[in-house]
Amino acid sequence: MYTETQIIKSGAPASIAGALDGTGELVINVGPQHPATHGVLHLVITLNGETIRKIEPHLGYIHRSIEKMCESLSYRQFIYVTSRMDYLSSHINNHACALTVEKGLQLEIPPRAQVIRVLMDELTRVASHELWWGAMAMDLGAFTPFFYAFRERETITDIMEETCGARLTMNYICPGGVNYDIHPNFQRRVKDFIQLFKSKIHEYDELVTGNIIFQNRMKGVGTLSREDAISFGCTGPVARGSGVSSDIRKLFPYEIYDKLNFEEITETAGDSFARYMVRIREMHQSISIIEQLIDNIPEGDFQAKTKAVLKLPKGEFYSRVETARGELGVYIVSEGGTTPYRIKFRSPGFSNLSALDHMARGSKLGDLVAMMGTLDLVIPDIDR
Amino acid sequence: MFIKDYISDVYKAVRSLLTGMKTTGKYFIHPGEIITQQYPENRDQLHLPERFRGEVVMIHDENNEHACTGCTACELACPNATIKIITKFDISPEGKKKKALDTFIYHLELCTMCNLCIQACPTDAIKMAQNFEHSVYDRSKLTKKLNQPGSKIKEGVE
Repeated sequence: MYTETQIIKSGAPASIAGALDGTGELVINVGPQHPATHGVLHLVITLNGETIRKIEPHLGYIHRSIEKMCESLSYRQFIYVTSRMDYLSSHINNHACALTVEKGLQLEIPPRAQVIRVLMDELTRVASHELWWGAMAMDLGAFTPFFYAFRERETITDIMEETCGARLTMNYICPGGVNYDIHPNFQRRVKDFIQLFKSKIHEYDELVTGNIIFQNRMKGVGTLSREDAISFGCTGPVARGSGVSSDIRKLFPYEIYDKLNFEEITETAGDSFARYMVRIREMHQSISIIEQLIDNIPEGDFQAKTKAVLKLPKGEFYSRVETARGELGVYIVSEGGTTPYRIKFRSPGFSNLSALDHMARGSKLGDLVAMMGTLDLVIPDIDR
Repeated sequence: MFIKDYISDVYKAVRSLLTGMKTTGKYFIHPGEIITQQYPENRDQLHLPERFRGEVVMIHDENNEHACTGCTACELACPNATIKIITKFDISPEGKKKKALDTFIYHLELCTMCNLCIQACPTDAIKMAQNFEHSVYDRSKLTKKLNQPGSKIKEGVE
């Protein structure tokens, strides 16, 4: 053990020395390798006692320069790279890219492909929210919910494995439709999953939602007001937890979302529990969308006829989709060639993380875990 | 009033904890509902769907013949430079020179299983296999030669 004087004499930074006399601030590092950060996120936290004064996220530990990489890949090739951004909703990332390329090519997508895409998107959203639920409960100290969440999520990954050929990085969507038709077992297995989900979802509420420990740790923690959520550019469940209507599926409908019957979930409290409830209720909405579509997949082609080499006309193209974490925008600048001149991804995680500092100021260090858990951070999505 | 609220809070809290413990307790006394798979002990019963993408293989028939013409469409379609095709010139009995496949080099360590090469192949010469256990002790073993020794192109494939 070091004594106080030894630390001060050894030339420790002023911040540490100041903390020892009880007046100054203490700077600690959470991450880049830390179980609560779900990846290589590095937070530099300035503390006064146990109260957070400031949080500074240091990014770049998993930066792979995906935007620059895409500039050397063709319009068919670059879609697979985006699975590696937000790997929990990789299908929806691929969807956003395909939509942008189709906008440039002015392609008409067959109705069967549109329905399959939406079905896969919603399955991915449920899988992503389930993993978030398990991981968040694990952050707050409960290990069992993680396994319960993975039991249902495993059913979805099995469906994905059968139809798309991979469990996580599916690469199923291509410009013009989907790569291959759904597996003959697909409809039966999705119906089985819906039944399983409905018979098990009450366990989620019994284990975590109603639990007094979780409620006390989430209610009133990390409150983000409606105005702040807008000014920080938050989207997805984080913004909807603060009462901001931000569902791209409702505001700027793509594919067949305007013909579907579903609700946009919003809560008004803006705290961690509101964000939690938004995601839990969103799972039910996604299941309802899947139920509407699973028996009504129209017959026809699953892919529009496209040329072997895609060339976008000169110009700028932007499209956005609602991923499990918020709004993902894909912006392509084309010079008329086979590869994009510049590509930019507006990823939801980056904007949501920027609200963390504002949210956490003045609260205790232990509450930070609950805030990070309900922000649903996926670090490769933030760093790209 | 304060004591009444306090007691009701304690009652609700204990009840919420017991509700959760009931759920976990149910699984504790019903081990049949546990779905854990004992990998690798269950390797023999492991059934992977036919679309599962594990690695790229070249299809050879019983005469050790493949359908690859060496057109390099897969090499161009690959985003990671996983495939390298070396071609040679075969001399036919009439004395004509014809381009043919010499070596199909496949770098498994670079492959992301995106399936773009399979879709690009005009003669369906390659496919995805279901093998997913790729661990080796030496990285150089991951660079594979896909066409078998002594194999030649099928009759009639152009």
